[in-house]
This record gives sequence, structure tokens and C-alpha cells, in this order.
Amino acid sequence: MLIRNLCTIALTAVVLTLAGCSGGVLDPKGQVGVEEKWLIIICTLLMLIVVLPVIVLTLYFAWKYRASRDFEVYTPKWAHSTKIEAAVWSIPVLIIVVLGVITWKSTHALDPYKPLEGKGEHMTVEVVSLNWKWLFIYPEQGIATVNELVFPADKPVAFKITSEGTMNSFFIPQLGSQIYSMAGMETKLHLIADEPGTYEGFSANYSGKGFTGMSFDAIATPTNEDFDAWVEKVKREGGELDSASYEALTEPTEFHPVEYFADVKDGLFHDIIMKFMKDHGEMNYYSKPENAVQGQHEAAQHNAQHIGAHETEAEE
Amino acid sequence: MSSIPSSLNPNSDVGGHGDGHDHEHHDTGGNTIFGFWLYLMTDCLLFASFFATYAVLYMNTAGGVSGADIFELDFVAVETAALLLSSITFGFAMIAAHAQKKALTLTWLGVTFAFGATFIGMEIYEFHHLIVNGNGPGESAFLTAFFSLVGLHGMHVSAGLIWMTIMIIEVLRRGLGNQTVTRLSCLSLFWHFLDIVWICVFTVVYLMGAM
Amino acid sequence: MSLLGKLSIEAVPYHDPIIMSTLTVVAILGVVIAGLVTKYKKWGVLWNDWITSIDHKRLGVMYIILALIMLLRGFADAIMMRSQLALATNGSEGYLPPEHYDQIFTAHGVIMIIFMAMPFMVGLMNIILPLQIGARDVAFPFLNNLSFWLTAGGAILINLSLGLGEFAKTGWVAYPPLSGLDYSPGVGVDYYIWALQISGLGTLLTAVNFLVTVAKMRAPGMKLMQMPIFTWTCTWGNILIAASFPILTAVLAMLTLDRYMDFHFFTNEAGGNSMMYINLFWAWGHPEVYILVLPAFGIFSEIISTFTGKRLFGYKSMVYASGAIAILGFVVWLHHFFTMGSSANVNAFFGIMTMIIAVPTGVKLFNWIFTLYRGRLHITTPVLWTLGFMVTFTIGGMTGVLLAIPGADYVLHNSLFLIAHFHNTIIGGAVFGYLAGFSYWFPKAIGFKLDEKWGKAAFWCWQIGFLLAFMPLYVLGFLGMTRRLNSTDNPDWNIWLYIAAFGAVVIAFGILSQVIQLVVSFMKREELDDKTGDPWNGHTLEWSTASPPQFYNFAKIPHVKDIDTWTDMKEEGEAYKRYESYEPIHMPKNTSAGVTMSASLTIFCFAMIWHIWWLAVVGLVSAIGFFIKRCYTKDVDYYVQPDEIKKIEDEHLKNAPKEVTA
Repeated sequence: MLIRNLCTIALTAVVLTLAGCSGGVLDPKGQVGVEEKWLIIICTLLMLIVVLPVIVLTLYFAWKYRASRDFEVYTPKWAHSTKIEAAVWSIPVLIIVVLGVITWKSTHALDPYKPLEGKGEHMTVEVVSLNWKWLFIYPEQGIATVNELVFPADKPVAFKITSEGTMNSFFIPQLGSQIYSMAGMETKLHLIADEPGTYEGFSANYSGKGFTGMSFDAIATPTNEDFDAWVEKVKREGGELDSASYEALTEPTEFHPVEYFADVKDGLFHDIIMKFMKDHGEMNYYSKPENAVQGQHEAAQHNAQHIGAHETEAEE
Repeated sequence: MSSIPSSLNPNSDVGGHGDGHDHEHHDTGGNTIFGFWLYLMTDCLLFASFFATYAVLYMNTAGGVSGADIFELDFVAVETAALLLSSITFGFAMIAAHAQKKALTLTWLGVTFAFGATFIGMEIYEFHHLIVNGNGPGESAFLTAFFSLVGLHGMHVSAGLIWMTIMIIEVLRRGLGNQTVTRLSCLSLFWHFLDIVWICVFTVVYLMGAM
Repeated sequence: MSLLGKLSIEAVPYHDPIIMSTLTVVAILGVVIAGLVTKYKKWGVLWNDWITSIDHKRLGVMYIILALIMLLRGFADAIMMRSQLALATNGSEGYLPPEHYDQIFTAHGVIMIIFMAMPFMVGLMNIILPLQIGARDVAFPFLNNLSFWLTAGGAILINLSLGLGEFAKTGWVAYPPLSGLDYSPGVGVDYYIWALQISGLGTLLTAVNFLVTVAKMRAPGMKLMQMPIFTWTCTWGNILIAASFPILTAVLAMLTLDRYMDFHFFTNEAGGNSMMYINLFWAWGHPEVYILVLPAFGIFSEIISTFTGKRLFGYKSMVYASGAIAILGFVVWLHHFFTMGSSANVNAFFGIMTMIIAVPTGVKLFNWIFTLYRGRLHITTPVLWTLGFMVTFTIGGMTGVLLAIPGADYVLHNSLFLIAHFHNTIIGGAVFGYLAGFSYWFPKAIGFKLDEKWGKAAFWCWQIGFLLAFMPLYVLGFLGMTRRLNSTDNPDWNIWLYIAAFGAVVIAFGILSQVIQLVVSFMKREELDDKTGDPWNGHTLEWSTASPPQFYNFAKIPHVKDIDTWTDMKEEGEAYKRYESYEPIHMPKNTSAGVTMSASLTIFCFAMIWHIWWLAVVGLVSAIGFFIKRCYTKDVDYYVQPDEIKKIEDEHLKNAPKEVTA
């Protein structure tokens, strides 16, 4: 009994001291991740208010009322006490009310679809999950990369995410939230790196044989100039990304090396979504003749809404 | 009074032993009908899942036809009438069965079967017509959902027709014993249930789709 | 087109030494068992008294044997996964390539949930529930036999995939489009679909059967609020099964149509919507975990009440709390995919609904604690499992609430933290419960008690092994390790992966202790014999019967006035009463219809998996044929005569205590 208790306490301690460890969710390097770390810690502490007494009382009563201690009070028919029952219902209710309020507020504050407030203009990166690698398209820079994501530190990034085939989840633990990538749909995520560094990113949703190799480096450069220099490098070294070379990229590969593309076909990201979206009838209802692509794009999001996915943001 | 089960499965039950223990069979007959009713509730959820899926997919026509393009309400209205009438005639069959009128029960079961077969025949015609015109279930998510939901109901009705055939033979050969009436009661529940489901299909799929 | 569909000699993975040696061992074991049965001339007994039996107690025993065999299979998968991850560090590939490893984690999940936990739960319910409510059998005994064989058919299919073809490589949730034809063209997903469909049908029939039993066949006087707590929690579980399994049937049928007939429910093309699969799957999947854990809660309640020699504290609270959990279990499914991009309002709603479940669960824990309070607790093996559960499950519940907060889930989703959480609740909750129930009711079902020393050893190995195996996974989740990785390359993770693998080895010793416990107890069965039928001074009616119970359960159906009927009977001197005469008892006869029907359906499923269409037709038609034949079989029951009952009852009462005092 004692051993178990000690194990539990020791492990809880380990988990809490992990906050000081390097890498992972408890060592965040971006605003979103920092808020999520504190959310986890505060909620855990709140729950311990109930959890610790439960564990201690269980072990204490089991010890105190064991059969060999026959001098203790024994009440075989006692099975009801309104006071105790009121207490055991109301204490968990109180904790859950507090947690519920925290949940409601934090879920809205940490909504991955919401641009980060007070951080200035977002840079856009379009993310495509392929079997089994990540394609990052930088529409503002006109370049694309495979399995390497670069952006300046302190610059908020708006990710638009889709998939070529299977479902994956775009996740950089040290920066915060993850979001699924799904074919024919666009999901969104807003992240920022508070300090420069190289952070591991990967797919957090199993997608088949080569899934293990779907990791990439997310590099936050110290300055905007460093980022610009990197963009120049990509433009210098990279090949062309048109329909044909994209098609070649969709062939399944494992542990795909980093690859650069200097010249990206306009609207490639939309084309990838529309490859499947054209099959959805909503475009008849939602697209405007003068703005067909945009309309179809909204239809993609509308499709997601059918079963509870996100409301389209007004900024579209 | 003990309530020992002697059986079995949702649509078959003991009875007709004629050995002076009828009170027991009475009980188990109640069990069977209650059990079958519970099964129908689970079946209801099966349909609910297909309805939900239809609701999500019905606009995903993949550039192909939509409900308004392919539904012929007049045709479906006749189909619906056949099924609704079959429910009424099954009701008459049950009244006759409880009154132990064998010939009358068989007649009404026969009429019910004819209406049910008409319904299935028309549905097969409709499906065949759609498929030969290039609107099969593989063409779009809408057609997939449509064929599955309506087809699921059709498969239930077909199973009901097979069951009804067996029951007609049973009544012919064994008369209207306790066990047979219990089984007829289950089939009757099944048949009315399918009628209710069809009213939902007709409203959600055809009426709302054609509008 | 070939007569054998897609089936050919190529389907046997003869080039894989791991699989082939496993198959060899299984084959040798099979030959040995068959040889022993032949040597001792037990084929007749096996067929007449077990396979065709419609006695709920024997079916329960068979369910539990199935569950234990599947536990070994699922655990072998677990050991392989943990050792692969302990070896495949620092960029090394380990010994299991993805093709094999991906099948293993999929099979592990499916087997443990559908073919270990479910049969274990259903088995205990089968043995005990009718006895607790004073019934002579379930409402539909033949259906009960059919249910068992359908479950067994599913288990046979999933194990067949080991030596014939492959199993799914999709994870146990089999999300499309990955599980669609484009990305999973092999037979693996088809094995998954048909194994789940056939066993799911069995489970659904079980639920209907037991709901009718509870509604219609309680002993006279037993009101709903006087049913034993295990019966109540099973009933809530059965309501959940009846309400959720049809959704699984539907969603698997849709996936089948997508794969077999070019339908477009969940495909990327032609407007399919894979999110619909995920929603429907979890609309079944979340209630499923409460189906597993609610009966376990009932088992713990019975055990604490029995071994403290006290009434259960807050019986009504317990019943209502179980009901609240069952109902709330239906409105939380979206928490399995907060990261799909739903709006903040939707995510927050489902997060809060999930947390609310912590309230009734917390109430249950407090009620168990107050049952301990002022009791006389005998620390037996079942009690150790219960105390272990109360500590372990509380931690699992806490991490569950944490995952229910969308903001936290955004970073913990699909990580090893999640894996640790659900093993924490399913092992620490459900499996501990079943193992507690196993040792608690073993004497009732078999007739002798289990050896305490090995039982306690098993518990400590399980408990310590569990902590060692899964606490590191919480840490790894925080360190950012996601699930279903085949190899890792992060030096910070290694130590935790090694500890987890070691923990799995400790659990293996726990399982070994249980095997030894069974052997030792069998050798000492004379000494451990349960003569009175009431080895623990129990409270409920199952303890009023002999151990193992008479095949008709009760010679006279008891009358019920309150919750702890057997305690009342003992106190009032009503227990162990001798009667001069008995009424004849009406009993159903054993039948081979269940096993033949289910064998036909298993053949149908097998043929569908391999696209052997003619065989599928044969299987389906013969299943329907056997069913119709059964419906028109007249010779289905008989009467046990009073003199035979008197002989059996007198034999049992010979061993009864002369006087029973409270």
C-alpha cells in the first residue's frame, strides 16, 4: 500500500518537475503553448483537491477498518447519510463548475482558428500533408518546401491546412495546438514562436506505413532578415513546383528529405482542395460567378460545418 | 407462478404444448414480444444513423443529379399508398388471428403480402431505372446515401415478406396456436415499424428532396 | 474469376519467422488439447454439456475462457509493441517493420476491447445476473448460446488473419480514407469489419436478452430499486449496448459498401465525407467505454459491501450515478476529435459535458469510501483489486478530465498521454474489475476458491507493472511523443520507453501468477472446496445457491423484500430451508442451432473477406436455414421431476451450516 502511494507521489512529482525539462509540451516556446501549459497545470492542481483526499481516504479507511482491528466501531446496517451524500455530490459539482468556467473561457481564448491578438500582421503558410511528408507553401514569398518550415520568431503565422489523401494532424508541440489535415477541406491554425530555435514538428495522427517519418523541423529565425535570407536561398536552390512536379511529390515516400521549390504554381493550394471539393454540390449554392474559386473554397468550409466544424471567419 | 423461458429467439417462442402449463407460455409470449420490441428500437437507431448520414451527404452531388432531378413524387406516392394500405390490412389480419379465424387471417395476410410485394416491385423498378440512366449509387455521395437509406428499408420489407411467407405456411399447417399468434404479433410490430420508417423516408428524402 | 476469390497460397505469410513460429506453437497446442480430449473421451461431454449448452452459467464460463485466451493474445501484442519501441530508439529500426507493427497495434486494440473486455464483462454478467435476480435462466436461452458463438466467430476470424492474409493496418478506429480501398486495398480492413460485425451482432442480442430478463424475470417482490447493484450497472450497460451498437453496425456497413460496391460515404472522391465516419464511430465508441466500465463499478460495489460485512453506502446514489454516466456518455463523443476544427462553442460544450461525468464518478468513489468506513474489511484478493482500482482509476479520471479541456487536448491529443489515460481507466477500471469479479465469483461458478497467495502475487505484479508501464507514458506524452510511432530518435525519451517495457514484463509476471494460481487451486481443490455455496458470507441471492449452482438455479424461487436478500434470509432463518416436496421445473433443452448458425455466419463473413461469393451465399442461406429449422423444432423443453430436485437439494443442504447467524 505504502509502495503504491509513494510511487504515485513520486511520479506526480516527476511529471510536475518535467516543466523544467527541455522539449515537449511543458517546455513551450510560443504564446499559445505557454497558455496551454498553464491551463494544464492549474486544472491539474484544481483536480488534486478532490483526487488526493480520495486516494488518502481510501487507503486510510482500508487500513483503519481492516478486520483485525476489531476494536473499531462496526455498523453493518449503516448505509445512508443525507449530510454525507449532499457533500459527495456537491464537492465534485463545485470543482466541475470552476473547471467548466475555465474550459469555456480557455477554449474561446485558445481557438486555433482565431488570429493571435496584438501580435501584428500574420504571415501565411499553406500546409499540405502528403504520404508521408509535409509540403509548406509560402504564398507571400512564392516558394514552397518539403519537411522544413521556416518563419521569423515573434511573427504570428496563420497556417491553412489540407491533405492530399489521408488524415494527419499538424503539430509542433513546443509552439502549441495541433489541428487535423483533411482532404477537400481547409483547417486553420495560428501559432507564434516567442524565441528563435528549431522545434520538432510531426503528424500526430497515424496515416499509414510511413507515418513515423513524417517529422519536420520548424525553424524560427532570430530576425526577419534571416528569414529573407533563407527565402533567397530557397529561390536560388529550388526547382519548379507545377502540376507535374506536384503529382510526382504525391507518390508515397518515407523519411522524405528536405526539398525546396522556388517557383510555385499560382493557386496550387486551392487546386489541391478543389480536386476533391469539385465533387460537392454546395458550390451551386454558395459560389458567385465573378469569384468562383473563392466561392468553392467557402463551400469546402461549409462542408465541414455540416457536422459541427468551424464557422467560416468573416475575414475570408 | 414461475416464469421459465423455453425459448428462443425474438420471433419464435414456445407454446402449443397442450400439457396444462399455459400460464407459463403466456408469460414467455410477453417476453418475446417485449424482446422483439427492444430489437426494433435498436433497428430504429440503425435507421437513425443512415438518416443522419443522408442529411450530411444529400447536397454532395459531385456535379451530378440532385434529388429534385430524379424523384418522381407521383410514382413514390403510389408506392407509399401500397405500403400504408398493407399496414391496415395487417391490422385486419391480426384482428382475425386473435379471433381465431384462420381463413380470414390467411386472406388478409395474402392481401398484405400483395401490397408489400407491390411496394418492393416499384422500388426495384425505381432503382433499376436510376442505375440504367447512369445515376447509380457509385456516382455521388448523395446517390450513395439515397440508395443506402431507401435500400436498407427495402431490405427490411423484403425480409418481412419472406417472414410473412413462412408465417402463411405456418398458419396453414398449424393453425393459430399461442406460439403462432405471438410470432404474428412480432411480424405485425415489424411491419408497422417499417411503415413508420417509410413515412420518415418519404418526408425527408422524397418530399424535402423534390422541393 | 477464381473459385477461391482472392485467396491463394500467397496469403500465408510463410516468409515471416515471428508469425510462423507463433502459428506452429498454436498448432502444437491445438493438437495436444485435441489429443487430451480424445484420450479422456471428452468429446461427447464437450459437445453435449458445453458447446450446445444454453445454461447461462456455462455460457458465462465459456465467455470468460474466450476472454482469457484473447487476453493472452492481446498481451502478446502489447509486449511486442513495448519491446519494439524499447529497441527502436536513436534511429534504430527495431525488429518489427511498419507492415507488421501497424497490424499489431490495430489487433491489440480490437482484441482487448472487443474480444477480451467485452466477453469478460458479458461472461460475468451471464453467470451472475440471473442468479442475483432469482431467475432460473435468461429470457431467451437459445439466443444466449447464439450470442456467445457469434462472439466466438468474430474472435476466430480475427485470429485467422494472423495466418491467412493480414489484419488491418489502420489503428483500431479504422478512420477513412486510410481504411478505404484506395489506401488499404488488402483484406486486413475486411477482417476488421466482419469480425466486428459478427461479434457486434452477438453483443446486441445479449443486451436485448438481458434487458428482457431484468424487466420480466425478477423474483417476486423484487422492485427495480431493490436489484443488486451489479445487476443495475449491467442493466445500464445493456441499455448503452442497445442504444450504441446499432450505430457501429451502420457505420461498418457504410464502410463495407464503400469498399465492396464503390459507394461514396467516406471517400475523398465524389463528395464523400470521412468526418461522418469519425462522428458515428465515436457515437458508438464513447458509450462503449462506459459499457465496459459500468459493470466493473458494480463488481467493486458488491465486493466492498461483502468484504466489509456492510450494506453498500448510498445505494440509490449509486444507481442514479450509473444512470447519469450512461446518459451523459452519449453526449460527449466529440471530445475524441477536438482538433478537427470545430468552433470554440462546440468544443467547449462537449468539453464541459465530458467533465460533468466526473461528478457521478466521483460520487461513486466517495460511496465506496464510506462503505469502507466503520466496516470490517477482510483484505482478500478481490479487495486488493478493488483498492488498487480506487487509487489507479482516480488518477485515470483526473487525466481524463484534463483531456476533456479542449485547450489542453490541443497539445495532448493522440499523444502517449492519451494512451496512458485510457489504459489507466480501462485497465485500472474495467480489467481490475473483471479480475476482481473473477476471483470473487470463481467459487460460485466452478465450486472451489482460488488460491489467495498466488492471487495476491498476481495483483501486486499487475498493480506495480501497470504503474511502471503507463506512468512513463504520461511523461512521454508531455515530452511530445505521439502514438503509433514505429521507431523514435529522441534520447530524452529512451529511459521512459525502457521503464515502460520493463513494466510490461512485470505485468507478464502478474499474468503468469494467475496461470499458476489456476493450476495450484485446481490441485488444492479439495481443500479450497466451497461446500456451503456462500464462501464470503455474501449479501445477494447468487450465494444462496450451491457452488456451482444447480442447473435450475433455484428449487423454489425466493421472495424479495429488500436489497440484500440473502443477508435478510440468513438473519431470519429462511436460508438453507429444506422442503418436503418440490414443484416440477420447466427447463429448456440444449441445442446445436446456435453453434451451427454462427458457424454458417462465420463462413459467410470469411467468404466475404476473401470475395468467395458462392461460399458467402452458401453460408448465409444455411444460417437462415438453421434458424428456420430451430423455429420449427418442437422438442425444445422438458420438466425436471420433483424427486430429482429433492435429491439434488438434499445433497446440497447436507453441507449447509446448521444455523446461520448474521
